[in-house]
Amino acid sequence: MKLLKLKPSVGLLSIPYSLIFIFFFFIPLILTFIISFWDYNEYSIIPDFIFENYSYIFKDCLNFEKDMCVTFKTYLSTFIFCFITWFFTLIIGFFVAYFLAFYVNSITWQIVLFLLCTIPFWTSNVIRMISWIPLLGRNGLVNDFLLSTGLVDAPQEWLLYSGFSIVLAFVHLYTLFMIVPIFNSMMRIDKSIIEAAYDNGANGLQILWNVIIPLCKPGIVIGSIFVITVVMGDFITIGIMGGQQIPSIGKIIYVEMSYLQLPAAAANAVILLALTLLIIWIMTKMIDIRKEL
Amino acid sequence: MNKSLTRRNMLKTSTAAIGAVAGAGLLKGFPAIHAADAPVIRYLGTAVNMGDAVQKKLFDDTGIKVKFIVKTTDEVVKTIFTQPNSFDIVDSEYFSMPKLVPSGNLLGMDTKRIKEWDNVTSAFTKGEVAGKKIGDQGTAPKKVMYLKGAKSKEFASEPTQYVTLIPTVYNADTLGIRPDLIKRPISSWAELLNPEFKGKASILNIPSIGIMDAAMVVEAMGEYKYPDKGNMTKEEIDLTMKIFTEAKKAGQFRAFWSDFNESVNLMASGEVVIQSMWSPAITAVRTKGIPCVYQPLKEGYRAWAAGFGLPSTTKGRQADICYEFINWYLSGWVGAYLNRQGYYSAVIPTAKKYMKAYEWDYWMMGKPATADIMSPEGKKLASKGEVRDGGSYEARMGAVACWNATMDENKYMVRKWNEMIAS
Repeated sequence: MKLLKLKPSVGLLSIPYSLIFIFFFFIPLILTFIISFWDYNEYSIIPDFIFENYSYIFKDCLNFEKDMCVTFKTYLSTFIFCFITWFFTLIIGFFVAYFLAFYVNSITWQIVLFLLCTIPFWTSNVIRMISWIPLLGRNGLVNDFLLSTGLVDAPQEWLLYSGFSIVLAFVHLYTLFMIVPIFNSMMRIDKSIIEAAYDNGANGLQILWNVIIPLCKPGIVIGSIFVITVVMGDFITIGIMGGQQIPSIGKIIYVEMSYLQLPAAAANAVILLALTLLIIWIMTKMIDIRKEL
Repeated sequence: MNKSLTRRNMLKTSTAAIGAVAGAGLLKGFPAIHAADAPVIRYLGTAVNMGDAVQKKLFDDTGIKVKFIVKTTDEVVKTIFTQPNSFDIVDSEYFSMPKLVPSGNLLGMDTKRIKEWDNVTSAFTKGEVAGKKIGDQGTAPKKVMYLKGAKSKEFASEPTQYVTLIPTVYNADTLGIRPDLIKRPISSWAELLNPEFKGKASILNIPSIGIMDAAMVVEAMGEYKYPDKGNMTKEEIDLTMKIFTEAKKAGQFRAFWSDFNESVNLMASGEVVIQSMWSPAITAVRTKGIPCVYQPLKEGYRAWAAGFGLPSTTKGRQADICYEFINWYLSGWVGAYLNRQGYYSAVIPTAKKYMKAYEWDYWMMGKPATADIMSPEGKKLASKGEVRDGGSYEARMGAVACWNATMDENKYMVRKWNEMIAS
């Protein structure tokens, strides 16, 4: 803030981005919110102010005698995927970042190893997904191996088009989103702090737990926000890896949009956004990112 | 993008200029179409049956270039609603017409400008094949073919001069199977939910088409007889979805598919042995050397039909170019190209002229091949002596039971379909 007062040019510099943000993010978001209260028919959306789009989403949800309603079921499954993916990307991402930051000393090697981490992004989404079939499929490599070693006597079907394959694809893709911010936090840690801890008699584990992890918190939170927001809104990975049989909120929104049920899709999007913001809000309550940065 | 925009602007200006001059009587008799610049048509559609060969032949014959805007079936409909000026011609399916026509975004097509109109197959115009009525449950083309006028938003029950789409291609769809993995004859839609194929079945996840396959299965199982599969009541939708939800929970389906390539992969890899499938997907599996049959079933086929429409803003030179393109499309070369892929051309006599006698006998007459049958890309589809799955045109199209449909309860159906996916 002090900078702003000293140099008005900094304020000017922020104008282009602010404009982009307002026109291409803020205004569409407001429109989505408004349209979620509109009515619609087969081929057009009709300005109105109705709650039908929202009430339909939660129809039967408070009737506990019946099965859980579609909306709750879908969110529950999305939350579970979110949590498992977050957990694994965090653990793997943290240790990869740790290795890159503290064990690889040359910048060249750090860059080379970083590039290796981006390999999953080198091919298109669809090709990548289809490539899992020869690996995990009924006649795939993994099943061939299991059968030939006699570990199982029938092909394992849960390897593909299942919750397992969805989590595998997510972790494989999004661990990078954890590595980058955590690595960034680790590089800012003053090496002398670690030396001081060591000199005071802390062992490796204590240094990790009491020094490095607390100082990496901003990176962890930023990485977590990336992973959680991406998984919450995903429908392509869940669709393809789940054999289109496992629900996701993103898929429901997508189907509604392709049938021009835009207000219904908008209502679902508003709820998804609210829930995602809530999760992020809770996380930022736990750690004040602004202060830590 | 930019380039074509300027080209379009140029087209407009030059058309206006030519119009002004022609109005003065100076250019009378000159073919204005090729005068200015190579005409370009922005073609909106799924383009599953428009290979490079078609574009090249089109340019050689007419000088018209095509710029594709490739989208999925559902997205094509969405684009007509939301961006009606983003294309010059649309390749759409008849089942979308009950949704599209009331919007007024499509132009009534003038049949007087179509040279081969009188030769368009009776499956479209009368709902008959070889003089016999075929199944018309669902959105059969004849129900949504005629309009009351060029700008009308209402369907006419009797033939008129104006139609919604100029028909191009159609087919009778059924289940695809892997005979080498099933090892016994399959003859009914009910087999899709047979527990024998638990974890090895699939259905497509496009609600408006999937629901029709589902209905064929429910009827074949003897669970229910629909008065009209193509226009279910809410109760009928509930019943259909209940049966499929139970099967899904019991693990009947390996996967659902929504992309053409997914269905090919599921079948070729052996993940699935029986599923809803489209004709070119069968071809794609077969050209990999893997046996795959488009199995005729005793309950009949689910048919679909597509055609060309123009946006309601089309006029003048652009309309001329589009009609020229459509007339070329129906003049036989493309018809033969479509027939060789296992589809049917809307104008059969012209297509016949471009097919060799043994090809015609195999694809249309259901006779054993007297030579190896090649795909349009030159890959082998069937060996000498083989017979086409389902046999002749009359046997296949004559056994149509229903058509892809848009129901009155479409909104409800889509919601219920989503619930099945979520269950």
